[in-house]
Amino acid sequence: MSIWVLRGLRDGLVTTRWPRRPDAYADSWRGPAIVRGAASADPDAIRALCPTRAITTGPDGRVRLDQGACILCGRCVAERPDLFAWSQGATGPAAAALSRPALIVPEVPETDETVAAARARLRERTTALRRSVHVRHVDAGSDGSEEWEIQALLGPVYDIGRLGVFFTASPRHADVLMVTGAGARGMSGPLRATYDGMPDPKVVIAVGTDAVSGGLMSQSETVTAGVAATVPVDVFLPGSPPSPFSILNALLIAVGQLAYGGKGVR
Amino acid sequence: MTITQPGVTALWDELCSRVNRGDRFAGLFATKPEGGPLVLSAHLAVKGGGEVRGAIRGGIDTLDAPLPPGAVSYPALTPRLGAAFWYERVIHDRFGVIPDGHPRLAPLIRPGSPEEHALPRHVEGYGIFTIPHGPVRSGVMESIEYLVETPGEAIPHLNMRVFYKYRGVEDRFAGMSTADAVLLAERTEGIASVAHALAFCHAVEKIADCQIPPAAGLVRVLHAELERIAGHLDVAVRLADAAGLAVATARFALHKERVLRLVSALCGSRFGRGVVVPGGVGALPLLPPAQILAEADRLGQAVTADAAALMATSSFLDRLRGTGPLTPARARQHGALGPIGKAAGFADDARLSRPYDGYPSLAVPPAPAHAAGDALARLRVRWDEVDQAFGLIRRAADDLSAERATDLPRVACEPTSGRAVGWAEAPQGEVLYDVLLHEGRIVHCHPRSASFHNLVLMHEVFSGDILTDFPFIEASFGLSVAGVAQ
Repeated sequence: MSIWVLRGLRDGLVTTRWPRRPDAYADSWRGPAIVRGAASADPDAIRALCPTRAITTGPDGRVRLDQGACILCGRCVAERPDLFAWSQGATGPAAAALSRPALIVPEVPETDETVAAARARLRERTTALRRSVHVRHVDAGSDGSEEWEIQALLGPVYDIGRLGVFFTASPRHADVLMVTGAGARGMSGPLRATYDGMPDPKVVIAVGTDAVSGGLMSQSETVTAGVAATVPVDVFLPGSPPSPFSILNALLIAVGQLAYGGKGVR
Repeated sequence: MTITQPGVTALWDELCSRVNRGDRFAGLFATKPEGGPLVLSAHLAVKGGGEVRGAIRGGIDTLDAPLPPGAVSYPALTPRLGAAFWYERVIHDRFGVIPDGHPRLAPLIRPGSPEEHALPRHVEGYGIFTIPHGPVRSGVMESIEYLVETPGEAIPHLNMRVFYKYRGVEDRFAGMSTADAVLLAERTEGIASVAHALAFCHAVEKIADCQIPPAAGLVRVLHAELERIAGHLDVAVRLADAAGLAVATARFALHKERVLRLVSALCGSRFGRGVVVPGGVGALPLLPPAQILAEADRLGQAVTADAAALMATSSFLDRLRGTGPLTPARARQHGALGPIGKAAGFADDARLSRPYDGYPSLAVPPAPAHAAGDALARLRVRWDEVDQAFGLIRRAADDLSAERATDLPRVACEPTSGRAVGWAEAPQGEVLYDVLLHEGRIVHCHPRSASFHNLVLMHEVFSGDILTDFPFIEASFGLSVAGVAQ
């Protein structure tokens, strides 16, 4: 047993200092695609670039991209670097959204009000839980990778215990529900039962593009194309899968530990 | 090679006689061609007969047989070949056709009616009760329900319900272009993204008769082996966690995180997504080979040292030794894949017997033999594979620095019409893809993960084990539910 005492000291401190200090790995993260410019000709070809139909074009030639449907395949960035680019950084106010339309870039003007309303609703519930938060996770048809990234939060590098966040087995003890997966119909009942079993106030995070929109499976009859059809989602986090830093960022936004000053979460 | 049989009985006869002669049953599925009757297809892994780059190697044979038009049932294969048990339930779930004589035709991948959910208990007796465990598990885990029938300590019977998270991936493939389908293949079983993409691309490349550039073959090996190391480290984390070894859990979680960070430094995704594309790889690694080499060496040393410490921790070994044993005879009979088969003396590693990409030139050394079949042997196999994987990464990075300047990452691969089977060795074992294309679009694409083939064996490994052994046995299988209920 004593060998493990020494082994535990071997690499010194490996835990990230984020959110107190910036983290290079979090900042170098390649997130969902963004739109760089206005389109010229051939809107059909531009829309056809995306395997999940996340790209739309308006009559004015304006290109919009729904990050909630982006699976980070990078095809649009590779084919049309003049129009599309990767977003940079796993953390920050733009890495997650409080309403589904707010994930569309560039922003649709009328979403401002809905975001303000969503922010107010969330703040009402989270003032009570800032420093001690218990999280319950439910898989509603994920591909298995999101679970790995959430589990990573429990490891020594991210160590969410230091932020007062703990995972709990019982929904009765949970404040936050993290849902992964495209919304498999077989999980609708168990997911709803878990949500109903949680005491108020509660917050729901949709983790990953599949949970936000269904991703590549969104056309399928066997899924609900996102988990918002089953439980009311407060924080939408795209990514296929999102990095552990993105999940941590979304979690801290959800519980009100990160307010991002005047900038606000979209 | 595809062989069409006149009818189902002839198909089963041929299949069983070939399995008795030493071929391995590798899968069974059904397709419904437009306007035609249902066609049953079985896969057999053969030792010789296939051809890879001029040398005679093993391959996968496909045996087809159509059902008579309008047939609503057929004689079941399961009574003759137990390994078909889950495969025939999937066919029943998908098409409603009844395999006559199947021992238990309950829903497997598609949730049935609530009445079907209430299963009669398998074991009857005084004080026997059922512990339902799932589908919402007690940790951060994928959804699956275990129904543990127990008198309190022993586990005389275990039932598994995997249908909760069924997504319908197989149906989703239909009509896709190969460029889109490879993205879906990566998301069929997310923790084996590279292996699934490889198996799919191998099938497509076979149809297009396309040779990938040597550098692409090496990059594919690099990512496949990093995925294997990450997968095996995840098993180590879960086993150490089950044993309550906090430091060991943290150490292996740290190593796993470093492997995933290395993968993301190479390609931008922590799961190697977007690397494997039909015709080669999306791009060459973002890090120079010398740096990959240095990083792999550093990681390899750290992992090996901690693995040695774990394998010298007697309180840990006591929990694994003799736990969840699979007998060699049963492993052979079922054709158990990956570490589960290897731990029980049945090794059929696709990288050795049906090599692909960079593996023929890198010469995979045969793994040391194990036959105990318990959770400890499965972990030993995984450590052997991790060592081997670091060796392969070193050699691939070496060769890559020589190839790099002259080579393209990919060649054009535009398949038109045809059918082929592709395979790759995932951390969990062999992944098979049966792909039929028509004018560049997918007519059917049937993924068969190692998780699906192997998970059914968990029914049979609880002899003498008790409830507290459950987490060890589940972790030692190291499978993903996403790959089972696709």
